[in-house]
Amino acid sequence: MSRRLGWHLLTALVLVGALNCSAGAQHGQDPVPPASTAPSSGANPTEQAVTEQQLFQEMRKLEGRITIPDYKAALLEQPQGRSYQFFHERLLPWLMGGLIVAMIAGLALFFLVRGRILTEAPDSGIKIRRFNVLERATHWMTATCFIVLALSGINYVFGKRLLFPLIGPDAFAALSQWSKFAHTAMAWPFMLGLLIMAALWMRGNLPDRHDWRWLREFGGFTSGTHPPAGRFNAGQKLIFWSVVIFGLVLSASGIIMLFPFWTLDINGMQWAQYGHASAAAILIAVIVAHIYIGTLGMAGAYDAMGRGEVDLTWAREHHSLWADEEEHRIRGRTDLAGTAGTPAE
Amino acid sequence: MARVKFLCDADRCIECNACVTACKNEHDVPWGINRRRVVTLNDGKPGERSVSMACMHCTEAPCAAVCPVDCFYTTADGIVLHSKDLCIGCGYCFYACPFGAPQYPRAGNYGSRGKMDKCTYCAGGPEQDSTEVEYGKYGRNRLDEGKLPLCAEMCSTKSLLAGDGEIIARIYKERVMKRGYGSGAWGWKTAYRENIST
Repeated sequence: MSRRLGWHLLTALVLVGALNCSAGAQHGQDPVPPASTAPSSGANPTEQAVTEQQLFQEMRKLEGRITIPDYKAALLEQPQGRSYQFFHERLLPWLMGGLIVAMIAGLALFFLVRGRILTEAPDSGIKIRRFNVLERATHWMTATCFIVLALSGINYVFGKRLLFPLIGPDAFAALSQWSKFAHTAMAWPFMLGLLIMAALWMRGNLPDRHDWRWLREFGGFTSGTHPPAGRFNAGQKLIFWSVVIFGLVLSASGIIMLFPFWTLDINGMQWAQYGHASAAAILIAVIVAHIYIGTLGMAGAYDAMGRGEVDLTWAREHHSLWADEEEHRIRGRTDLAGTAGTPAE
Repeated sequence: MARVKFLCDADRCIECNACVTACKNEHDVPWGINRRRVVTLNDGKPGERSVSMACMHCTEAPCAAVCPVDCFYTTADGIVLHSKDLCIGCGYCFYACPFGAPQYPRAGNYGSRGKMDKCTYCAGGPEQDSTEVEYGKYGRNRLDEGKLPLCAEMCSTKSLLAGDGEIIARIYKERVMKRGYGSGAWGWKTAYRENIST
């Protein structure tokens, strides 16, 4: 038995030894390579692979195939990033800062020269309803949201330039974080309020035949005249349509950014930013003027939205056609005949 | 002080994704964040090229320029890092980055982004070097140990090079001379505003 085993072991050893030797022989003698490794056509596809410069001439941004499900990761190079940097760091601060500062300066100058616009005749003491509860509630909700959105939005643009040096990095980062939450949260009630206001006041803000005269006379701000106007004069109509149009642009671009890359690729998202920031710059300047005229700029104007009622004399001077309509409507219900008192609604 | 860079030799990359795996593993990168990825151009056709891409640590980094909270800083070696404590997850750095390097975890409502994460050149972050806190936030700090980024170390064909910009440019030039062609140092013109003349 052990002799048989011994023979088997010896055979195995010889075989292994032989195998090793042959393997060693292969290592020692390499096959002779062919004279030329180039394909017969003479062209080398490896050599003719695309270069970066070549691809940039064909495509706007370089993308390829990846194994990751997130398709954003397929991006290799997008030179538009530098354009974005230019817009955000060079163009936008001047655009937004310039518009807002110019508006404030213009209004300050107007106030210094013209002063507060007062009603000429003394107050009658008779009040008429200008805006009802729904209108006022919606306006103030939207206005509050707008203030928060505007300030948090301005923080994205100017925060690191103006606020950061004052309060330091940690406080500024905390403030910016909460400002970001406020911006995304307040966006929704703002959009709701915008839609309600558009529905409530669209009819009254459609252009009519008195608007052109009102604009020509610049509302009587400088000429001292009182061009006739309906419930909303041409200036107010400009504000209304600015808010609706730029508000819709802000809403659409804002929603795109609230769900990033849901429908657009990186270049699309960059354009959403450009649109959002530009519309915001314009609308903030417009609203600054709106706030001015509604508070400081004109006596009796704040009552309209603040209390809902305005003095009859104020209405007759600034919105003569609307005042007439209201008086006729009220006379149809009660007899005013010289008695003071709020009409029933 | 050396100015460190990345160079991916697209003619050598075989899309093995060792660099991706190495980075993911070494820094415990969470799901959904892709610090490094391999992008393949002309897949399946002659002249197919793969490029391993992560943060290039640009000169005058656009990400740093657009950040609204100024959370970026550049080290003496030219590495672009940021502070996750200051980051508010606004996403601007991704729009500005020519290479799509910044990544964000999904934080919550809508498409809300969490703190930005990206390739750190294995150099950690503003926390104290080689501490648990730094590892938790930014990953391993290899540079503090005198080592180079792990992606380049793990590259199976040595196509991804990392280190002193002059040295890796020289290595790449030698390769191009030896084999007679080279598709170029991808991203160098955009990131470092220089080309390697071959």
